[in-house]
Amino acid sequence: MLSPESLKKIDREIAKYPPDQKQSASMGALRIAQEEKGWLASETIEFVAEYLGMPAIAVYEVASFYNMYDLAPVGAKKISVCTNLPCALSGGVHAADYIKKKLGIDFNETTADGQFTLKEGECMGACGDAPVLLVNNHRMCSWMTEEKIDQLLADLKK
Amino acid sequence: MTSQGIILSGLDGDRTWRLADYVKRGGYDALRKIIAEKIPADQIISEVKKSALRGRGGAGFPTGLKWSFMPRAFPGAKYIACNSDEGEPGTFKDRDILRYNPHSVIEGMVIAGYAMGCERGYNYIHGEIFETYERFEEALQEAREAGLLGNNILGSDFSFDLFAHHGYGAYICGEETALLESIEGKKGQPRFKPPFPASFGLYGKPTTINNTETFASIPYIIREGGDAFLALGKPNNGGTKLFSVSGHVNKPGNYEIPLGTPFSTLLEMAGGVRGGRKLKAVIPGGSSAPVLPASVMMDCTMDYDSISKGGSMLGSGAVIVMDETTCMVKALERLSYFYFEESCGQCTPCREGTGWLYRVVHRIENGLGRPDDLDLLNSVTANIMGRTICALGDAASMPVQSFVKHFGDEFAFHIEHKKCLVPKDVQHEGSKIYVA
Ligand SMILES: Cc1cc2nc3c(=O)[nH]c(=O)nc-3n(C[C@H](O)[C@H](O)[C@H](O)COP(=O)(O)O)c2cc1C
Ligand code: SF4
Ligand code: FES
Repeated sequence: MLSPESLKKIDREIAKYPPDQKQSASMGALRIAQEEKGWLASETIEFVAEYLGMPAIAVYEVASFYNMYDLAPVGAKKISVCTNLPCALSGGVHAADYIKKKLGIDFNETTADGQFTLKEGECMGACGDAPVLLVNNHRMCSWMTEEKIDQLLADLKK
Repeated sequence: MTSQGIILSGLDGDRTWRLADYVKRGGYDALRKIIAEKIPADQIISEVKKSALRGRGGAGFPTGLKWSFMPRAFPGAKYIACNSDEGEPGTFKDRDILRYNPHSVIEGMVIAGYAMGCERGYNYIHGEIFETYERFEEALQEAREAGLLGNNILGSDFSFDLFAHHGYGAYICGEETALLESIEGKKGQPRFKPPFPASFGLYGKPTTINNTETFASIPYIIREGGDAFLALGKPNNGGTKLFSVSGHVNKPGNYEIPLGTPFSTLLEMAGGVRGGRKLKAVIPGGSSAPVLPASVMMDCTMDYDSISKGGSMLGSGAVIVMDETTCMVKALERLSYFYFEESCGQCTPCREGTGWLYRVVHRIENGLGRPDDLDLLNSVTANIMGRTICALGDAASMPVQSFVKHFGDEFAFHIEHKKCLVPKDVQHEGSKIYVA
């Protein structure tokens, strides 16, 4: 169900915790699974549960509690823009509006071609870099002026 | 990044996060000294007490005192946890510490492990900063290879290992018991206290949790002495501190300055208010701290005691600056939405109350406010405060109370005239994408 590379990464997560506390690796394992699959289907969650020797429901609870796990399909590129107050004071909302206009979608929508999903983010701990956004959860982009947004979207389309 | 302090100073090279670079800056000298001189654990804790270091995560609790709560004779596992789940809006200091000086945190945690007799630690890193998490993992690897982590550190009989745990998007995991639940691979829901983590923490074992910046301050305290650290700040407020300055300033960023520095000096360092506009309000300690009007803030110095006398909290040291183009109702609306979204839902007053607060502020902002809405807001906050498992309930209430208290006329104007006191286009212009 998951590639050997992913399983190797999950094993490294498991090794971080005491041998009788494998469930501690569930967050890391879900992240790795999502990286490979794009989102977390129920089969994927069940596979992770089995791999860690946990009840599936316990892994579901984790997957649904934390915001960065996607329990439904998202576009190939998920863009999350921070609009919390410190960012909003420095163009966070302007940046989000600009992306909405360019992609023709609102928050929580995906473009018709399945390329982009837009999300409203909460504070990413990078407020001094406002506007900030995340691409697919892991790549942070800082000081996103309109020109830099144009450039980013063009690069991501390639 | 500007430093007159100890954590972000000397970081002008281009690979400051590497072990070799840290060692050149005096890194791991403190740990070597402890091992070489076999300094007793008690002595380390009393040095930390002497330094008057107060927790940098928000509550400002004296670190040395916290360390002394750990049961010394307890047999079996004990843990150290570092709180790098920086998600308090306005706070972005721990990310810079981990990006540019990760070994200071590692060294601080190893020393903490030694002082409290723990063999294992975890650093819980905020979900949104994956690249920083990866860099910290690399630093851990370097430290292991150099014999600074793992079995028999530096050839002594002291062993300590340290791992990074990556969060995945939940503000509440910054609360220390939610953080422990999350490391245990569960939903991040805060625990009832007591028992406190020092007796029942990670996997039910005694655990001490400190903030990233708190741990990063430890090597200096051991190397130079608690008195030297204390002297950098002011009595009861030892050391220098990182302030994350955001919002309407010309140079947002991290500033590491002595505790007790006047706010006006910090504002000047951050380039002053954008476009020469007038300062209106400041949240001095992260979004959960009460907002203060400009006049009060300009008389404060940046330390725990002065900010608390001014009516707010130094909190995490996140200074959110708002100028005259800010609509205070809109600002509060965004914060209230955040707490509503992030409540873990365990306690009814918090789950229901944060929803109420958001909906009422939202309707005021959108011209649908009712004459008794301000009283309603105050009564909802009164029903949340002190009645919840964790401090998120209070954190959601204090902004509401303080915004209404200091800027009540702006709220009243909204309710009466069904529009903002500050015209929309002025707000828009004031908060647009800003390039220094
Ligand atoms: C809702 C909530 C969020 C918190 N977020 C953080 C955080 O992101 N980082 C942090 O260090 N402390 C945070 N805290 C405070 C921690 O619970 C804890 O007091 C702190 O990590 C202790 O470390 P210190 O004594 O070194 O400050 C939060 C508390 C609450 C109630
Ligand atoms: S106060 Fe709110 S966030 Fe804290 S435990 Fe209760 S419901 Fe959860
Ligand atoms: S408010 Fe946007 S990163 Fe903090």
